[in-house]
Amino acid sequence: MMVVLIVLIVIAVYLVSVYNSLVRVRNEVDNSWRQIDVQLKRRHDLIPNLVEAVKGYMQFERDTLTQVVEARGRAISAPDQASRVAAENQLTAGLGRLLAVMENYPQLKSDQNVMQLQEQLTTTENQIAFSRQAYNDAVLSLNNRIQTFPSNLIANNFGFKPAEYFKATPEDQALPKVDLSLGAPRA
Amino acid sequence: MAEPHDSFWELERKNRRETALLVLVFIMLFTALGCGLDFIFGNLRIIDGQITGAPLLTVIALVIGSIQSLLSYFGGAALVLASVHARPLLPDSPKEQTVLDVVGEMALAARMPAPRAYIIDDAAPNAFATGRDPQHSVICVTRGLVDEMDREELQGVIGHEMAHVRDYDIRTMMMIAVLVGGIAMLADFVYRWSWFGGFGARGGDRGGRDSSDGGSGNAGALIAIAVFVLAALAPIFSQLLAMAVSRQREYLADAASVEFTRNPRALLRALERLAQTESPLKNASRGIAHLFIVNPLEGAGDDDEGFFANLLSTHPPLGKRIARLRALAGEGGPDAAAAAGATPA
Repeated sequence: MMVVLIVLIVIAVYLVSVYNSLVRVRNEVDNSWRQIDVQLKRRHDLIPNLVEAVKGYMQFERDTLTQVVEARGRAISAPDQASRVAAENQLTAGLGRLLAVMENYPQLKSDQNVMQLQEQLTTTENQIAFSRQAYNDAVLSLNNRIQTFPSNLIANNFGFKPAEYFKATPEDQALPKVDLSLGAPRA
Repeated sequence: MAEPHDSFWELERKNRRETALLVLVFIMLFTALGCGLDFIFGNLRIIDGQITGAPLLTVIALVIGSIQSLLSYFGGAALVLASVHARPLLPDSPKEQTVLDVVGEMALAARMPAPRAYIIDDAAPNAFATGRDPQHSVICVTRGLVDEMDREELQGVIGHEMAHVRDYDIRTMMMIAVLVGGIAMLADFVYRWSWFGGFGARGGDRGGRDSSDGGSGNAGALIAIAVFVLAALAPIFSQLLAMAVSRQREYLADAASVEFTRNPRALLRALERLAQTESPLKNASRGIAHLFIVNPLEGAGDDDEGFFANLLSTHPPLGKRIARLRALAGEGGPDAAAAAGATPA
C-alpha cells in the first residue's frame, strides 16, 4: 500500500514539475519577444536626437540621414506586422550605414553629445540582436521540451504549441561589418 | 578533452558532467574520513552486520564548515568588493558607460537580470563575478581591462563572468569550500588527538570494550589505520580536487561566453591580450582568486609551469583555454549560426 502511494506521489510531483517548467519556458519566450519590442522602441526614441546632433557635421550624408528618418517613420506607423518588420530591417541597415560613415568624420569624436548618442545607438543595436538571439534560444528550449519524450506527453495534453523562430532577413545578413571600438589600442 | 567538432552546447554539457563527478568524489572523500573517525570513536558501530549510531563528528564538521561559509555566502559580495577596494561604475565616464552597456547586452543574451557593475582602480586587466545568485550578482572589472579592451573583447570577458553567475559557480565553489574546510578540520582533529597518544590508548580501550563482539577489535584497528592514512592525505587531495573543480568551471564559463556572444573571436582576442599583459592584482587574495577571469596572484599564468604547478592552479593555462576557443571558432561557427537567428556585432 505504502509503496503504491509513494510511487503515485513521486509521479504526481514529476508531472507538476514538468508542467511548471513548460509554463516557465513559454513565459520566457513571450518575455524575450517583448524584450525585442522594448529595444526597437528605444531605438525609435534615439534616432531624432542622433540625427539632430550629427546633421550639422554631415552635410554630405543627407541621403543616409533621410533614409534613417523615413524608415523610422514607416516602422512607427506600420499598419501590420509584416510591413513593420520590413521597415525595422531597413532601419537596421540604414543605421549600420550611418554608424559606418560617422567614422569618416573625426570632428564627431570631439563632440561629447554625439559620442554618447553613438554609444547608446551601438548598445541598442547589439541589444536588439541579443534579444533576438535570446528569443530564439527560448524558442529552442520550448520546442525541445514539446517534442522530446516524456515532456511531449504533458505538452500535448495541455495544448503547448511550438513557437516560431525569428529569422534574420537577407538584408540583415548583408549588413556591412562596422568597427565600433572606441579607439582602443590594438596589439 | 574538447574534440575539435564540439559546439559550445556540447562543451557545456560535458563540463557539467565532469564537475558533478568531481563533486561526487569530494563528498565521498569527506564522508569516508568523517565516518571512519566516527567508527574509531564509537559513534558508529557495526553490530551483527548492521551499522548503528549517528556519525556525530561528520555532522559537527559539516555544521561548523557550513556556518563559516554561510557567513561569507550572505555577506559575500560586499566583503569581496570591500577587500579589493571596488566602487560602482559611473555612467558619466564614456568608457565606464560602455562597460555598463556591455553588461546589459550580455544579460540579455544570457536571459538574466543585469548584475551590478563595479570597477577596481588597478592597471592589471582582470575581471571577476560574485554574489550568491543571479539576483544578487556583481560583475567587477579593473581599470586596466576597461582601458585596454575594445567592445568585442569586453563582451567576451563579461560574457565569461556572466556565465559564472548563471551557472551558480559562486555557490558551487562555496560548497567546495565547506567540504575542504570540513576535511581540514577532521584531519586536524586526528593529528591533535594522535599527538596526545590517542591511537594507542584509544585503540586498546576499544579493543577491550568490543571484545564481546568477537574479532571486531581487529576491524577497528584496520579502520584506525585507514583513517590515519586518509587524514594524512585528504587535506592535500581535497585542495587538488577543489582546484580541479575551479579549472572545470573556467572552461565552462569560456564555453558559455561563446554561447552568449555567438562569437568565439571575442573571448579569444581578450584572452590573447590578457596573455600578453598579465600582471598581478594588488588587492587580490588567495580566497577569491578563483573568481577572476585570469589568475590575479603573483607569478601565476605562465603556461610552461609544469604539471604540478597546474595541479595547484585555480585556472587552466591560458594557452589551453585559447586552444579550446580556437577549436570553437573554427568548427563552432555553423552550429552557433544555426542556433542564433541573428549574429550580434
